[in-house]
Amino acid sequence: MKINLAFTLFSIIVLITLIITYWAAKRTKTTSEFYAAGRSITGVQNGIAVAGDYMSAASFLGIAGLICLYGYDGFMYSVGWLVAYLTVLLVVAEPLRNSGKYTMADVLAYRMNNKTVRSVAALSTLTVSLFYMIAQMVGSGNLIKLLLGWKYETAVVVIGILMVLYVVFGGMLATTWVQIIKAILLMTGTIVLSIAVLAHFDFSLVKFMGAVSQKFGQSFLEPGNLYKNPWDQISLGIALIFGTAGLPHILVRFYTVPNAKEARKSVVIAMLIIGTFYILTTFLGFGAAYFVGQDVVKSFDKGGNMAAPLLAQYIGGGPGTLGGEFFLAFIAAVAFATILAVVAGLTISASSAFAHDFYTNVLRGGKASEAEQVKVARLTALTVGILSILIGILAKGMNVAHLVALAFAVASSANLPVIVLSMFWKRFNTAGVVTGILTGLIASVGLVMIGPDVMGKEAAIFPLKNPGIVSVPLGFLGAILGSYLKVEKAAEEKFAELSVRANTGLGAEM
Amino acid sequence: MEHLREQQLLKEKLSHIDENPKYQKLIAEKKSFIVKGVIFFVIYYFLLPISVGFFPEIMKKQVIGSINLAYLFALSQFFMAWILAYLYVQKANKVFDPLAEEIIKEVKGGA
Repeated sequence: MKINLAFTLFSIIVLITLIITYWAAKRTKTTSEFYAAGRSITGVQNGIAVAGDYMSAASFLGIAGLICLYGYDGFMYSVGWLVAYLTVLLVVAEPLRNSGKYTMADVLAYRMNNKTVRSVAALSTLTVSLFYMIAQMVGSGNLIKLLLGWKYETAVVVIGILMVLYVVFGGMLATTWVQIIKAILLMTGTIVLSIAVLAHFDFSLVKFMGAVSQKFGQSFLEPGNLYKNPWDQISLGIALIFGTAGLPHILVRFYTVPNAKEARKSVVIAMLIIGTFYILTTFLGFGAAYFVGQDVVKSFDKGGNMAAPLLAQYIGGGPGTLGGEFFLAFIAAVAFATILAVVAGLTISASSAFAHDFYTNVLRGGKASEAEQVKVARLTALTVGILSILIGILAKGMNVAHLVALAFAVASSANLPVIVLSMFWKRFNTAGVVTGILTGLIASVGLVMIGPDVMGKEAAIFPLKNPGIVSVPLGFLGAILGSYLKVEKAAEEKFAELSVRANTGLGAEM
Repeated sequence: MEHLREQQLLKEKLSHIDENPKYQKLIAEKKSFIVKGVIFFVIYYFLLPISVGFFPEIMKKQVIGSINLAYLFALSQFFMAWILAYLYVQKANKVFDPLAEEIIKEVKGGA
């Protein structure tokens, strides 16, 4: 019963996304269409897609689970994921849209030596995407096993094949619509469950929290159940706040809209959706603890990932009832769609970094024809997909929890400093980009390698789980000091041009 | 030829853009808002892990029923983000965009 229902819903989602891919494939012929959906996405659509690109299964199932098991600390953890969008809105989105074409490196290459900065930027982009992708693949393999009873390897292969189909044939247009559908499904599920939970308490937050406090003790609503070292939280916060604006798969979304004003609108729409989602996650987490019970949730998965699906089952009428099984299947399908949307976004941003930055501009010196570029982009997406499936299978059973944090650490320490400095600092140059990216990359990966997640709590040389507090300042320092190694007149002369373009949109890609 | 000449003129104009009072105003206005905005939200955000981590006793204080200061402060972060985003959009629509449009007109019109 359960398998059939869930499988039916899965199939419907897959079918719809494949129809979209077919439709998008007919509209995806040029590079602009492949990488940026021909800049045809509206601000509102893109805002929904950004939310769909960003909210992973880890936040949907993981944070609800954290709140269910550890209460308040889980909620506090979710805050930074939204606040980070202020950096995207105020500092990055509009200038990026105005000055670039398809990738983050476009902005850097505007003033600097084209081949050099594109090579290092492609390196850091691919590193971030790789870490993020492994985390998603391993996480989704486990989740689908849990939700559907498929074998881990089957789940990874199915997800890998679907994401390759979306991206190779449908490019950014198909990716965008998969992300939009996912965001709508995810929000529908979250809102329905939250309303159902709150309805039990006459829609009173005070009553709800009171009931939770009575059942689990007031300390459940207080900080300190999960996070013991405040510096861990501060360091993670730094990586989130400055890393989101350096995530390649988020940045490329802003090239899909026609202008900076629409890019601005997208961030605001995304913030509304993402913020509402995280606030509501509290009700899912506490609701699951209250109605389903922590022991039951833990009996399915120690990490609490089944909190939201089990809550759905309870809301629908409980295990064994038609309503209960339907709700469970629906939430499982939502989680599946969630995974697909995120990995598709990762695939296309990794492809653009390799095909547009490295192949077209570094190897071919910008001389490749449109047809050749699109062909290479598609081949790259296929390769990324195959590699992701292989790595996903090899990484089975690995603890990947720290990989997402690591992706944010690299994005915040290697990518963000050079994006910001190239737009706001005249003296910044090629040498600075190279030293900045490399310092940030080495510092964040290195500190995680000697940190508690890899070496174990006792043996760790660096005490914090997330390196942000050290690696972000190092990334900025490396970029600034590197710039003083050399004087690069061309980079300084082009600053005014870039600045006009970034701030007014004059000459921006249409 | 015509096209090249136009581009040359545009480049010429852009190299002196720093002296354009409207451009100076746009950059100054933007910088002022963005710097203040970023400093504000960074401080507001990090006050959360700092206060919760180092002063848990204060944050455990119950305000309405079982709802404590820690929860309200975390919740307020979402509204802070939305409000700041709203203020930015207002400012951008009313001040930045019209200035940018005028600058584009001046640069293109004269070229």
